Amino acid sequence: MLHYLIKRIAFGALVLLGASLITFCIAFVIPADPAVAIAGVKADPHTLATIRTQLGLDRPLYIQYVRYVWRALHGDLGRSYARRQSVTGLIVARFPATAALAVSAMALSLILGTLGGLVAGAYRGRALDNLLLIASLILVSIPVFWLGTMFLVGAAAHFRWLPLGGFDGMRSLLMPSLALALGSAGYYSRILQANLAEVVGQDYIRAARAKGLSPVRVMLRHALANAILPLVTLAGLDFAGLLSGVVLTETVFNWPGLGRLAFEAVFNLDIPLIMGTVLFSAFLIVAANLVVDLLYAWLDPRTHLA
Amino acid sequence: MIRAGRLNWLEIVGGTIALSLVVVALFAPVIAPHDPTRAVAQTFGDPGPPSLAFPCGTDQLGRDVLSRLIYGARVSLIVGLSAMAVAMTVGVAAGLCAGFFGGWTEMVLMRLTDVMLTLPGLLLAMAFVAILRPSLLTILLVISLVSWTGVARVVRAETLSMTNRDFVLAARALGASAGRLMIRHVMPNIMPTVVVMAALSTSGTLLLDAGLSFLGLGVPPPTPSWGRMVEESQIYFRTAPWLAFFPGLAILYAVLGFNLLGYGFLRRRNPQ
Repeated sequence: MLHYLIKRIAFGALVLLGASLITFCIAFVIPADPAVAIAGVKADPHTLATIRTQLGLDRPLYIQYVRYVWRALHGDLGRSYARRQSVTGLIVARFPATAALAVSAMALSLILGTLGGLVAGAYRGRALDNLLLIASLILVSIPVFWLGTMFLVGAAAHFRWLPLGGFDGMRSLLMPSLALALGSAGYYSRILQANLAEVVGQDYIRAARAKGLSPVRVMLRHALANAILPLVTLAGLDFAGLLSGVVLTETVFNWPGLGRLAFEAVFNLDIPLIMGTVLFSAFLIVAANLVVDLLYAWLDPRTHLA
Repeated sequence: MIRAGRLNWLEIVGGTIALSLVVVALFAPVIAPHDPTRAVAQTFGDPGPPSLAFPCGTDQLGRDVLSRLIYGARVSLIVGLSAMAVAMTVGVAAGLCAGFFGGWTEMVLMRLTDVMLTLPGLLLAMAFVAILRPSLLTILLVISLVSWTGVARVVRAETLSMTNRDFVLAARALGASAGRLMIRHVMPNIMPTVVVMAALSTSGTLLLDAGLSFLGLGVPPPTPSWGRMVEESQIYFRTAPWLAFFPGLAILYAVLGFNLLGYGFLRRRNPQ
C-alpha cells in the first residue's frame, strides 16, 4: 500500500511539473510585454529595463522557469499586472465563493444522478428507462450559460425572493448550483444505469435474490454498492474541476469566484494571473486524482494489487 | 466495421436532427426570411417580441432573430464539425501510435495527454483565443487542441487490446509493415469506437464553441453565432426573455442531436 502511495504521489508531481511547463509557455506566446504592462506604454526605456531586471526577464529562459517553479512551490505565483496584488492572495480571496458553489453543485448532482440512475436501472428496458435516457441526454446537452439565463428569467418573473446574482447566503446558491448540477446529474445517471446493468447479471446478485431478499434491498444494498464505484472517479475529478472555478456559470450569475477571476485575467492579458489560475486548477486535478485513486484502492482492494 | 441493418430510434432521431442542421446551414440564404445582419424592423433600441412577421422576434438592432439563428447554424457546424475532425485525427493517430509502438513513443504521448487532461480546457481555450485573436481558424484549432486527448486515451486502450490478437500477429508474420498493420488491420476493428467518439465529441466541440462565443471569444461580429446571441440578450432577460430563449434552444437542439447519435451508435455496439 505504501509503495502504491509513493508511486502515485511521484506520478502526480511529474504531471504537475509538465503542467507548469505548459503554463510557463503561455507567458511566452503572449505578445504583451510584461514591463510595459506594469509601467504603462509611456514609461521611459530605463524604467522598463529596471522592471525587466527586477522580474528576472533578462535571464535565460531555463533559469526563469526554475525560479518560477521554485517560487510556485513556496506558494508564490507572482503579482498580477492589472490588480497589483499577489496572485496567491487573489486566488485565496476568491476561493470561498467558488468552493461553496462547488460543494452544493456536487451534492445536488450526486443526489439527482444516483436517483435517476437507480430508477432507470430498476426499470431497465421499459418505458420509464427510455424516458430517463431522453431526459438525461437533454440535460447533458443544455448549455449551462443558457440554463442559468433561463433560471434568471424565471426568477425575475415568478420567484421574486431569489437573488438574481452575487454570492449572498444560502438562497443565492440555489440557482447557480442547480444550473451546474443538472448536466452532471444527467451524465452520472447514465453511467450508474450502465453499471447497474452490468452488475445485475452477476452471480452474487442472483444469490441475493435466491436468498429471498426483496428487490429493493438487493438493488440498494448489493447492486448499488458495486455499481457506484466508477462514479467515485468521475465525481472526484468533476469536483476538482468545479473547485477550480466555473467561468460560464459564474459569468451568468455574477458570482465572485475563481472563474470570474480567470475570465478577467484573460481579458486583461494579465500573464501571472492566467498562469496562476491555470496552475492552481492543474494542482486541484492532480490532487483529486490522487485522492480518488487512494479512495478507490481502499473501497475496492482488487485495484492496487493488479 | 459498423454493421448495417435496422437503425435504432436514437440513431434515427439524432441523425434527423444532424441532417436538418446541415440542410439549414447549406441553404441558409434560401430558407432565411431576412438578411441576418441588417435591421428589418422598426426599433427604438428595444427588442421586438415574436410576431407573425418575425416568429422569434427581433433584436435590439431590429434584426430578425430567426434569420440570425438560421445563419448561426453555419458557424456552429463549421467550427463544431471541423474541430471534431481535427481532434479525432490527432487523437486517433496519437492513440494508434502509442498503443502500437509502445516504449518511448507511448511514454511521451501518454504523459502528454496526462498533462493536457489536468489543464482546464475552457480556461486554456480562452487564454489561447484571447492571445491569438478570435477568428474561425484560431477557434477551431484551439478547440481541437483541448479535445484530442480523451480520444487518444481510448484509442490507445483499444489498440493495445488488438495488437496481440491472432489476426494481427498473422499479418505481422506475413511481413506487413507497421503502417499497413495499423491502417489495414487495427483501424477497422477500432472503427466502431471511433465513430461513437466522433459523434459524442462533436457535441463537446459544439458546446465549447458556444461557451467561447458566450464569453465574447467566438467568431467576431457581424457573423451571427448562437453563443454570442445568448450573451447579447443577457441585459434584456427581464424585458425580452425570448431573445435568450431561441438561440439557446438552437444550441441544445444541435448538441442533443449529436449526443443521440453517439448513444445510438453505442447501443448498436453493445445492445443492453
